[in-house]
Amino acid sequence: MSEGHPIGLTIRGGVKVYPGTRALKEVDFDLRMGAVNVLVGENGAGKSTMMKVIAGVESLTEGEITRNGKVVDFHSKADAVAQGIGIVFQELNLFPNLTVAENIFIGREPTRAGVDIDREYQRAETAKLMKRLEQPIHPDTPLGNLRIGQQQIVEIAKALAQNAEILILDEPTSALSAAEVEVLFRVIADLKAHGVGIVYISHRLEELIRIGDYITVLRDGEITGSRPMQGVDIPWIVRAMIGDSSKEFGRTEPANFGDEVFRAEEVSLPRPGGGYAVDHVSLSVRSGEIVGLYGLMGAGRTEFLECIMAQHPHSGGRFFVEGKPLTEKDVTGRIARGIALIPEDRKRDGLVQIMAIRENLTLSALPRFAKFFHLDLKAEAKTAAEFVKNLTIKVASPENPVSSLSGGNQQKVVIGKALMTDPKILLMDEPSRGIDIGAKAEVFRTMRRLAAEGLGILFVTSDLDEVLALSDRIIVMADGRITGMFESGTDAAAVIAATAPVKEPAA
Amino acid sequence: MSAATPSATASHAISPGTSALLLLLKMRTFVALILVFAFFAINAPNFLTTANAVIISKHVALNAFLAIGMTFVIITGGIDLSVGSIVGLCGMVAGWLVLNGIDLGALGIGYSLQFNTFEIGLLTVLVGMLVGLINGLLITKLNVAPFIATLGTLYVARGAALLSSGGRTFPNLSGNAEYGSASFPYIGTGNLLGLPFMIWMLIVVAALAAYIASRTPLGRHIYAVGGNERGAALSGVKVNRVKLFVYVFSGFCAALVGLIIASQLQASHPATGETFELNAIAAAVLGGTSMSGGRGRIGGTIVGAFVIGILSDGLIMMGVSSFWQTVIKGLVIIAAVVIDQAQSRLQARVALQQEAAAAARTS
Repeated sequence: MSEGHPIGLTIRGGVKVYPGTRALKEVDFDLRMGAVNVLVGENGAGKSTMMKVIAGVESLTEGEITRNGKVVDFHSKADAVAQGIGIVFQELNLFPNLTVAENIFIGREPTRAGVDIDREYQRAETAKLMKRLEQPIHPDTPLGNLRIGQQQIVEIAKALAQNAEILILDEPTSALSAAEVEVLFRVIADLKAHGVGIVYISHRLEELIRIGDYITVLRDGEITGSRPMQGVDIPWIVRAMIGDSSKEFGRTEPANFGDEVFRAEEVSLPRPGGGYAVDHVSLSVRSGEIVGLYGLMGAGRTEFLECIMAQHPHSGGRFFVEGKPLTEKDVTGRIARGIALIPEDRKRDGLVQIMAIRENLTLSALPRFAKFFHLDLKAEAKTAAEFVKNLTIKVASPENPVSSLSGGNQQKVVIGKALMTDPKILLMDEPSRGIDIGAKAEVFRTMRRLAAEGLGILFVTSDLDEVLALSDRIIVMADGRITGMFESGTDAAAVIAATAPVKEPAA
Repeated sequence: MSAATPSATASHAISPGTSALLLLLKMRTFVALILVFAFFAINAPNFLTTANAVIISKHVALNAFLAIGMTFVIITGGIDLSVGSIVGLCGMVAGWLVLNGIDLGALGIGYSLQFNTFEIGLLTVLVGMLVGLINGLLITKLNVAPFIATLGTLYVARGAALLSSGGRTFPNLSGNAEYGSASFPYIGTGNLLGLPFMIWMLIVVAALAAYIASRTPLGRHIYAVGGNERGAALSGVKVNRVKLFVYVFSGFCAALVGLIIASQLQASHPATGETFELNAIAAAVLGGTSMSGGRGRIGGTIVGAFVIGILSDGLIMMGVSSFWQTVIKGLVIIAAVVIDQAQSRLQARVALQQEAAAAARTS
């Protein structure tokens, strides 16, 4: 089989070091032309890093890349494009204020006499691409008017327009409808037939097995499996993905659940342009319980937490804290009722970077230190110091700006801020994102301790290991709905299967 | 715990040179004030006289009022361009009330309401706060960018001031003993315990603002909104309420200035206060307020207002052409911001080093 598929690009001994982590550890990877090379692994396993290296967005710390047998050294995306490598990122890199045609030709506009943009040519080429992709999209449509799925198609068209010989698709189907997925698969088959080498990253395992010719599995920056697709089944992939070990954050003391502290009923959030981002979700959390909310990106987990925290005025549904309805309409009121959120994006949502560590810790709990309008700075400093100590936040001085701390310590500040409001239920969105292993373990220990003290915790994660090890109960979401509920100690394959239910061909 | 990497343990004692430099940068506005003061004390005749000090501080005070209000607005990440127009409008309101009171003829009642000095002051200030409230509502409820919203009210308030008198000046605002407004000129010209009354007003307003900034939840929220609006909202800060406050407070400060000028001159002219907003922004920025929000101090702003005030009055006393004064003022502002950038970079580096050292020690 491999004779029919020449190797177009290789990585040998590829190492990529980021401050604090080794994202890739000595990987060897062969990219075969005229075939679909699927790449699978958990979030943070190194898939995206490896693709960024191939696409010239990042460069290797050690090791070498060869293209058609010659060693190449990419310093920018342009270098990779010159070698015929195109990439479609999971996050779209498009301009909603420009038209489809302008987006496709951005940065390499065809011109007449080097100045005047040749709009006719742009339009004609775009129309051709859209026809090939079977999309009824007019080249002059402003991109912002398209659905996300259609925008993804435009992104793919952009890569096609550059005549890529190697095309990297990072979770291209996550936002596509079933019909659009079929179109994409036809395009991929067509490209394959023309000898294009495709790298296909996805979490949907059935999809991978259906479309892939070769599979490579990554775990913690290492390649744990690499073979032709024949004979590969889901259990094999899962084993390669998560290994047999893990479970290092397991519960040590017996579970001690109390009464229900939080309940959500029929929570829904309409998506602009139809459908639901959160589709009538109901769940409950008991005191002392850690509930893991697992799913793929875009499953609606973050949006669900945001609904609880009153971030979406148009959402529907009911919430109850300790059995009493939560009628407060703003964040301040909900915090007062015992809800605390630790947002996914610390920098954007969790902290005020230029304020001091102390000021960040107490920001949600200032009324605690105020008599009428007078702030008792001494009491504030004392409490802040206590929290720094209890949460083992490593700081030189609580007066330094919070931006000077490492990710793990910043995360502890966010947790401290939430705890200072005396919550009954703690909502944590990806609590271990962007922090190193040591800090991760500390955050998990803290979660265990807080649960043991009677707090209810609902946490969102995209890390399978984490959700399996840490949760007393696992709830899986996909496409805004709850698609599975599991007790702790459940089988990993069942959890994975629930994250990507087979799509019913719609409309 | 993992072992500390060698690079994290060594070389993180902050050198005394660095900390001295940082201190100097932090105090830069104050240093500038001393330098400017010393320069004119030597070069400008009669600069160092009590009479001159009083004159300068009166000039400075007007800008300082506006700059205090502006500082809060800028800390939240906004801007208030309307303060100069509010000065003009409120001057006209005060003048109108002193001269005419409120005519109730339109209601079919055959007489007009007249006010004493305190009531005039109160109503004038309320008008300023109302304009500020409109700014705040435009920005929070209708999502208009602060620059545009306050640019709009700049024109509207100025136009209203011109309309109130048909563009003419209200003269002879000496008040009327019969109505209890004979003390109107006292606001801007009176003395109390050896200091001009308006300076006492400034001291009160500045102290109030400094207290709000450093010792109240509201003040903390003002900084949080400017530092990270989303983060603040998710932490339970009522962002809209905070923004309303800062614009209303800025309107309040501007109204005081309008009142004081009308009282000082015993006349109000509708063009009063044009371009005052720029001087207020300059004082705030010179005092270390960051235009991107989240940073600034009332004390710094006051010092900034003094630097600008002394600079312009001193240059006048030295006989420097007013054209050159404008150029010099501009250069000083640019220099201030450039130095501010250097300070933030150095400060961030020092804090990072300290934290890295702390992390290395404890791990």
